[in-house]
Amino acid sequence: MNEHVQQKRDLITPGHYGCPGCGATLAVRLALSALGEDTIMVMTAGCWSTVVGVYPNSCLTIPGFSVAFASTAAVAGGVKASLLIQGNEHTTVLAWAGDGGTFDIGIQAISGAMERNDDIIFICYDNEAYMNTGIQRSSATPAGGWTTTTPDSALKGQKKKNIVEIMAAHHIPYAATASICAPEDLNGKLKKAKDIKGSRFIHLFASCPTGWRHAPELSVEVAREAVKSRVFPLYEVFNGDIWQLSPMPDKVDVDTYLKHQGRFKKMLASDYQHFQKQVDDDWQRLLNKCRP
Amino acid sequence: MKKVLMGTEATALAVKLARVQVVAAFPITPQTVIVENLSEIIGRGELKAKYIAVESEHSAMASCMGASLTGARTFTASSSQGLVYMHEMLHYTAGARVPVVMANCNRALAPPWNLYCDHTDSLSQRDTGWIQYYCADVQDVLDAILIAYAVAEQVFLPVMINLDAFYLTHTSELVDVPDQKTVDIFLPPYRPSNKLDVDDPKTFGIVCGADLYSSIKYQRQCDTLSVEKLWDQTAVRFCGYFNRLHPTVEAYQTEDADVCIVGIGTATGAMRLAVDRLREEGLKIGSLRLAMIRPFPLEGFKKAIANAKHVIVIDRDVSLGAEGIVAQEVKAGLFDRHGDIKLTGFIAGIGGNDVTVETIVPLVRQAISGDGTAVEAGTTLWAEVLP
Repeated sequence: MNEHVQQKRDLITPGHYGCPGCGATLAVRLALSALGEDTIMVMTAGCWSTVVGVYPNSCLTIPGFSVAFASTAAVAGGVKASLLIQGNEHTTVLAWAGDGGTFDIGIQAISGAMERNDDIIFICYDNEAYMNTGIQRSSATPAGGWTTTTPDSALKGQKKKNIVEIMAAHHIPYAATASICAPEDLNGKLKKAKDIKGSRFIHLFASCPTGWRHAPELSVEVAREAVKSRVFPLYEVFNGDIWQLSPMPDKVDVDTYLKHQGRFKKMLASDYQHFQKQVDDDWQRLLNKCRP
Repeated sequence: MKKVLMGTEATALAVKLARVQVVAAFPITPQTVIVENLSEIIGRGELKAKYIAVESEHSAMASCMGASLTGARTFTASSSQGLVYMHEMLHYTAGARVPVVMANCNRALAPPWNLYCDHTDSLSQRDTGWIQYYCADVQDVLDAILIAYAVAEQVFLPVMINLDAFYLTHTSELVDVPDQKTVDIFLPPYRPSNKLDVDDPKTFGIVCGADLYSSIKYQRQCDTLSVEKLWDQTAVRFCGYFNRLHPTVEAYQTEDADVCIVGIGTATGAMRLAVDRLREEGLKIGSLRLAMIRPFPLEGFKKAIANAKHVIVIDRDVSLGAEGIVAQEVKAGLFDRHGDIKLTGFIAGIGGNDVTVETIVPLVRQAISGDGTAVEAGTTLWAEVLP
């Protein structure tokens, strides 16, 4: 990890329940380091709600509330309203959910919170399926990706939902993508987000060796390849209008990203080409939006 | 100060008097006047509170839960489809041990769509762990909300105050409005020691194993059972300030009664009138209003029903495939006397049919003699069914 990203102490302690190489746990560690101790975390059903610990143990050293699956954003909005009416304007309220809790079951409450511009930071740690329940498809699962509900006999045909475009369409002051492979970039974005009032949304890429079928030690590398291949480009959106690309490494082909992951092993050469074309088209669309 | 108020207006006024700090709500007929009034009261600055105009009832309860666990006094209101849409969050809020108070306007569930009075919406939520209170008149609505906060914040359990759709929500009555100073003495600010607080960080709501789960549930059961007594004590304390008593069980002419009519909500007023009329005919009859359904006020109920030989329950609700839900509750409460007591259950007034003296008297006669127009379905008799 980059030295100046590392705080004096971590806000999660050793002893969490994450799998070896868990991207989500690294995501929490990096995000909390950036946001600091004056943060209340509302977290929902998903890997993190088990990784955090089993009562009476918790690896969280900031206040946290594990809530019902669909309710993350609404609970966070209530927490913030409660703080404000009691005169506390400084505490950051962090809503933390996986892709299922964001893209799927949580989206109504998120849309409500964003439309009201509730003063919360919503972070979606995206591992592209319902990993906690055993790798079932979500609307964040990429086309061609294996999951236990999109088995080899019926691989997912649909493209991944573009959640940041949906959030940007709410004209929230700040939305961004980030990745566990770029801690400095994530730190900068969260520090920026922390100083903005209103709804802020971070789409945080978090690899999952268990569900993606890659070696645990490759988690950061796989995330880096996702950025390099433009499968997961890094950018920011201000007020839903101004799209700005973050520093991006040189482009590589999607094979570099796909080849390490068992979940893509049934893809044919034609599927690779199709995947490459989708990524290229999306990248071009993003570049067009980022043009001044 | 006396005011003419509808039940919905009295609700909003009670919320203001309780100095609620966070309101999160989603509109639904016939609850809308409550949220309209509250948004205006808060907008004008008459109540220092945050109003969160959420996009659904599920989020309304979620926001209230989050706000409450962060230490604010919170309120929401709903009805019918809205209440059942928050079902998951009702369980969660009770499990999180936060003292949210809500008003539910009892309205029939669709399909077919129907806006009128029916208790199945809230009674089908009776196992969520919420304290449930059913109001009899508009004064009861206003006072019960204030008592509800005092009880909820002592036992850390949420309270649902139920108002019959239209009979209470949209009916104007003369109400004695308590003065703010006295309410402030009765109901001091909410200051929980256990909350989401960066100076005292705790993790709430995470996974726990079977051993602790059982113990945590047992504690909740004991605390919930304690509410019958706690409510009655708090009601007595309220009466000391405001001279009005709102007990969990309200008995009328039951001391020497062989027959006792049991019900909840506004129809219990008509039940008392029916008792008067039938007593003129020489029938030894009384009536019992169960103001509280959860916890079931077993002690008060058993005392009030002690001399009855025949209990007649009129349910404005039904558990399809079984019987009226209040009848089930009453049966359970009478189990140790099942050999020497008769129970007749009627379904009447669902979907907005009026339950008047003219409805009740023939039902009582049918229960006693066996002759009448209510038709059997299982162990219940249905009034008002078309031939």
